[in-house]
Amino acid sequence: MSKLMTWIDDRFPLTPLWELAWGKYIAPKNFNFWYYFGSLAALVLVMQIGTGIWLTMDYKPDATLAFGSVEYIMRDVQWGWLIRYMHSTGASMFFVVVYLHMFRGLIYGSYRKPRELTWIFGCLIYLALMAEAFFGYLLPWGQMSYWGAQVIVNLFSAIPVIGGDLSTWIRGDYTISDVTLNRFFAFHVAALPLVLIALVAAHLIALHETGSNNPDGVEIKKQPKDPKTGLPLDGIYSHPYYTVKDIVGVVAFLAVFSVIVFFTPDMGGYFLEANNFIPANPLKTPPEIAPVWYFTPYYAMLRAVPSFLQTQVWGVIVMGVSVLIFFVLPWLDRGAVKSIRYRGTLYKSFLAAFIVSFLILGYLGTVPVTVWGQFGDGAPFYGADRATVLSRCLTVVYFSFFLLMPWYTRRDKTKPQPDRVRWK
Amino acid sequence: MSKLARILLVSLSLGLSLCAGPAFSQGEEGLRLAPAPINRLDEESLQRGARDFVNYCLTCHTAKYMRYNRLEGIGLTPAEITDNLMFATQKIGNTMTVAMTAKDAEQWFPAAPPDLSVEARVRGRDWLYNYLLGFYRDDKSASGWNNLVFPNVSMPNVLWQLSGTNKLVETEYEEHEKAAGAAIAAKGLSMVEAQPGGKYAMLTVAPDVPGTMTRAQYEAFVGDLVNYLDYMAEPVKNERIHLGIIVLLFLGVLYVFAYALKREYWKDLH
Repeated sequence: MSKLMTWIDDRFPLTPLWELAWGKYIAPKNFNFWYYFGSLAALVLVMQIGTGIWLTMDYKPDATLAFGSVEYIMRDVQWGWLIRYMHSTGASMFFVVVYLHMFRGLIYGSYRKPRELTWIFGCLIYLALMAEAFFGYLLPWGQMSYWGAQVIVNLFSAIPVIGGDLSTWIRGDYTISDVTLNRFFAFHVAALPLVLIALVAAHLIALHETGSNNPDGVEIKKQPKDPKTGLPLDGIYSHPYYTVKDIVGVVAFLAVFSVIVFFTPDMGGYFLEANNFIPANPLKTPPEIAPVWYFTPYYAMLRAVPSFLQTQVWGVIVMGVSVLIFFVLPWLDRGAVKSIRYRGTLYKSFLAAFIVSFLILGYLGTVPVTVWGQFGDGAPFYGADRATVLSRCLTVVYFSFFLLMPWYTRRDKTKPQPDRVRWK
Repeated sequence: MSKLARILLVSLSLGLSLCAGPAFSQGEEGLRLAPAPINRLDEESLQRGARDFVNYCLTCHTAKYMRYNRLEGIGLTPAEITDNLMFATQKIGNTMTVAMTAKDAEQWFPAAPPDLSVEARVRGRDWLYNYLLGFYRDDKSASGWNNLVFPNVSMPNVLWQLSGTNKLVETEYEEHEKAAGAAIAAKGLSMVEAQPGGKYAMLTVAPDVPGTMTRAQYEAFVGDLVNYLDYMAEPVKNERIHLGIIVLLFLGVLYVFAYALKREYWKDLH
């Protein structure tokens, strides 16, 4: 074995590459529960690519055949049902792990100097993932696929002057059609996976340049070196320590994943919507068009913003900004410390309000605006939908987390950050 | 796991369980459905359901993604399928289609009868069960029938000879709570509807003219049919659940080893 490795290493830097990427990568030793989700996101990406390749072998990107080919995969292809359920569950679980991974970044200040580019590459991954999910959702060619795509592409037509032409250009037709299905297929199986892989590589390269943050926000690279090991005092090699630790996380994750795939693959209509088992019908608009759960916080904001100056573009702008605002987070945070462990009540309160508003908006995006009825006819709400009024308030809370951040992080009473990590 | 992680996970799962319902409800507001009395492991019920599906449904409706040989999954032999459930011209690998074309269907009915291959995944089992029990006479509709679960549906009550005919029973209440209470007391399919003038009506269907089956026989008949529709919508379901148990047991064992390995390596770190 070692002979073979020497033979390869003389011709190709396999061992140095492995050591650079993982084997000799020095990480803080105090990673906790929240640090599983990076490796889990990588796992789900690999799983999506693998199952996706096999689905592509039997799927037909053709408006007359697409729906039937999915049922063919579910019924006639050997293990097709498992591959398809893994892919559909994987799509939702990708967002679950990415949201938890982003949450980790928020609570421990992983986006802050010197890791701004790691964060920005991460935000780009999130955007690419949204696009990937959106293109992929059209492919089963059910009613929700069709009308969901119709609604999202129509958002672009709200842009003044060029909007109409732009949305036609995206669709390649005046409505979502076979042409649209074909190009979305191309984006979903070729273009965006390539973009995603490139961005993940950039995300990891940037991370390895700066080194990982940790739950205490301590920069281990600035620590003195342990004379025995030559490593920073709180640093350990990823391999074998985080290899064996991440395997535990992977097995636990696969157990949760399997519970969904094998026992409730449609997750009560959240992962696979009931209406998507009706073939797409361009002539019949479903009474309720709800996006899949991972888009619903943004969808709730889009719906909540009223039209103004005879255009609905404001909702689209709010929705776009609500995603893009993550990019500038490193420059909004003026706090003296990174980690929530040493932050004061101000930051903790704003973060809690942000998470709660994101979750409630997510719920409201799955239900009709009439879900809680209407206010009375008089002032101050004049018979408005209760859910819409709450969505508006929560949209304000969502944005105030970001826009007021320079103020509340500077004012916040922080505790001093230690020199060594707290561990065990 | 830290305290923060625990609090978040608990609140997240609470939130998820709170909204784990509305996304699937397909019914009208105020509709109460009786649970469908079905069992996915009851092969005799599934076989009766398949027989009744072929005899009563598979003349107007298709199941174009369901192959006849998939009926082997509910305990039928290929010979039983070809002899009893198929026409002589068909092969056992064929899917369940009908002679009527979609174009004709659109001419003959107000709306073409939908393909039923995955209908149970669209509507849900309880919806289908109550729908088939929810027909009542309505002279105002074109077909002479209406349905409490699917108002103004264009499908007539094709099973009326078996079920007999039902009539709509409407009871008026002053308050919503009383109407809702009466709907619960009705124990079965019912609907509460706001009336003009601030009143509320509780609607149910009640037998009018008996058919060839008793009420209990007909409910069992519909139960078998829905059981079959549910099987047809996902023939792999039993296999999926069975495999899931094995996979989870394997992962459980693997977890023990993975955790032991992690502890072994990490015990040297200080």
